[in-house]
Amino acid sequence: MSAALEVQGLNRAFGALPVTRDVNLSLERGARRALIGPNGAGKTTLVNLITGALKPSSGRVLLDGADITATSQAERARRGLARTFQINQLFRGLTVLENLCMTIGERDGECNNLWRAAGAKRSVIDEALDHLDSLRLVDDSLKLVRELPYGRQRLVEIAIALAQKPRVLLLDEPAAGVPSSESHLILDVVAALDPDIAVLIIEHDMDVVFRFAKAITVLVQGAVFTHGTPAEIMANADVRAVYLGEEGHKGGRRG
Amino acid sequence: MAASDTKSAGRIEARERAAEYLLSRHRFRWPELLPWLIAIAAFFIFPDRMTFGGQVLIMVLFALSLDLILGYAGIVTLGHAAFFGIGAYTAGLLIARLGYSEPISTLFAAAAMAGLVGLITGWFLLRYRGLTLLMLTLATAIMLQETGNLRSDISGGYDGLPGLTISPLFGKFDYDLYGHVNYLYALGVLAVVFYFVRRIVYSPFGQALTGIRENVRRMHAIGSPVHRRLVTVYTIAAAIAGIAGALFTQTNAYVTLTVFDFDNSAKVMVMLILGGTGRLYGAFAGAVVYMVMEDYFSKLSPTFWQFGIGLLLVLAVLFARRGLLGLIEDAGKYISEKVKS
Repeated sequence: MSAALEVQGLNRAFGALPVTRDVNLSLERGARRALIGPNGAGKTTLVNLITGALKPSSGRVLLDGADITATSQAERARRGLARTFQINQLFRGLTVLENLCMTIGERDGECNNLWRAAGAKRSVIDEALDHLDSLRLVDDSLKLVRELPYGRQRLVEIAIALAQKPRVLLLDEPAAGVPSSESHLILDVVAALDPDIAVLIIEHDMDVVFRFAKAITVLVQGAVFTHGTPAEIMANADVRAVYLGEEGHKGGRRG
Repeated sequence: MAASDTKSAGRIEARERAAEYLLSRHRFRWPELLPWLIAIAAFFIFPDRMTFGGQVLIMVLFALSLDLILGYAGIVTLGHAAFFGIGAYTAGLLIARLGYSEPISTLFAAAAMAGLVGLITGWFLLRYRGLTLLMLTLATAIMLQETGNLRSDISGGYDGLPGLTISPLFGKFDYDLYGHVNYLYALGVLAVVFYFVRRIVYSPFGQALTGIRENVRRMHAIGSPVHRRLVTVYTIAAAIAGIAGALFTQTNAYVTLTVFDFDNSAKVMVMLILGGTGRLYGAFAGAVVYMVMEDYFSKLSPTFWQFGIGLLLVLAVLFARRGLLGLIEDAGKYISEKVKS
């Protein structure tokens, strides 16, 4: 059986600056992999290459064995590849419920309909509310996204990704910018994700990484430094030198 | 146990309330009747101003088509007159060159032609956004105008196609000197088109347009075929602008290449912004206020009238950023808060 997501020899440069260098990565079905690395290692760029927001200069991306390198971002999303953004990308002027209904509508092709009223399909609303229910967002469903505290907005970001019913989910620092008093809410959600979904998480908090991930990929200067289990990574002196050492003083959360 | 029961009961109630909100969003609200009542009342109150009234209604229709793309999908264009012009010339050329003057079918032909041009240009242009798109849409309108100028043997050039005679409406109602039939004709067309636009705006497709306006990156990420959505709505808006253009030719019984003018594109955008974008009725408020002011100021001072319009716009931009309807909304909120406290 082919991997849920496979990245083969991926390269990308911004001008003369190589930001992704010959990256190989494989996510089995249900994988729980963390992608770590110092600031500027190219973690978000890698996510953008995988989702199609950026085009690689060479290399391939395979979803369930099918080459999706040439397909659009939207097509990849429709095939079951979802992501969250490091900085919220939400419909801020719409209600939380509308954010979810939009996602479900686009997933099911409902949004091709120009004639039926948007609220007329109860099944869409019910599913949206189910997703919000599971993240305890129902009480906020009629609030505009921009009126929510940032931590709650982060949850909406995840709720949207889940509403896509993805097979592969890329989480780009899901708890970034959230006060630590609230971040456990988000991390609980991440920990409770459907075991069938292959998850790649970018995260700076090592406690989270070691708790959540079954496998870790270390990215340094755009290239894969090493792969391994959490235990192997923790024991790896080189990794400690390039990355974990920096973690001691809890540097910035942006990557 | 009791605590968790009440909690889940509360949750079910919250769910019902949320669902009810979405289900009710598109429902007809009584204040929506107001613009139509005003339009009908105007017919009886100003029977001698119906020629002007018809022109206002045509601009409402034109602004409504722009609202669909600017207000809902967030497409900024300075070339919307292109489609108005295509529609106007479809009607004009059908009469002048082919001798075909049945008004209703002409509207369909105008919609089809303008829609086709919208589809083709939109397909190419809507890959771009912002200033690039602004320039490209502007250039499109100018190119169409110049094409007309190049073939002035067909288009009549800037002298236009004068003295076009339209067949009676439904084969029965001939056009009177006071523009009464024209006014009702334009109002009828506006009502029909408005019904379509309203359905579209409240459809899942309309929601997706709002999504594109709100956050296009997110739309890509959830799998929305953004380009296709934009081309679709651009085509529809072009077709509606074409209908407005055809009405313009039919009610004025002449058409010149000035319909493609940058002025025309800019004016309709100003009207829409003045009224308020993305709210359907902004087109009504904006077009009516702009046209009435223009009419009033031009009578007051035939050489200096644009000063009045300019002043109006400066005031609108300073004090009514969300348009006249936004202003009314804010005033309503303010009053209801005052009443409460």
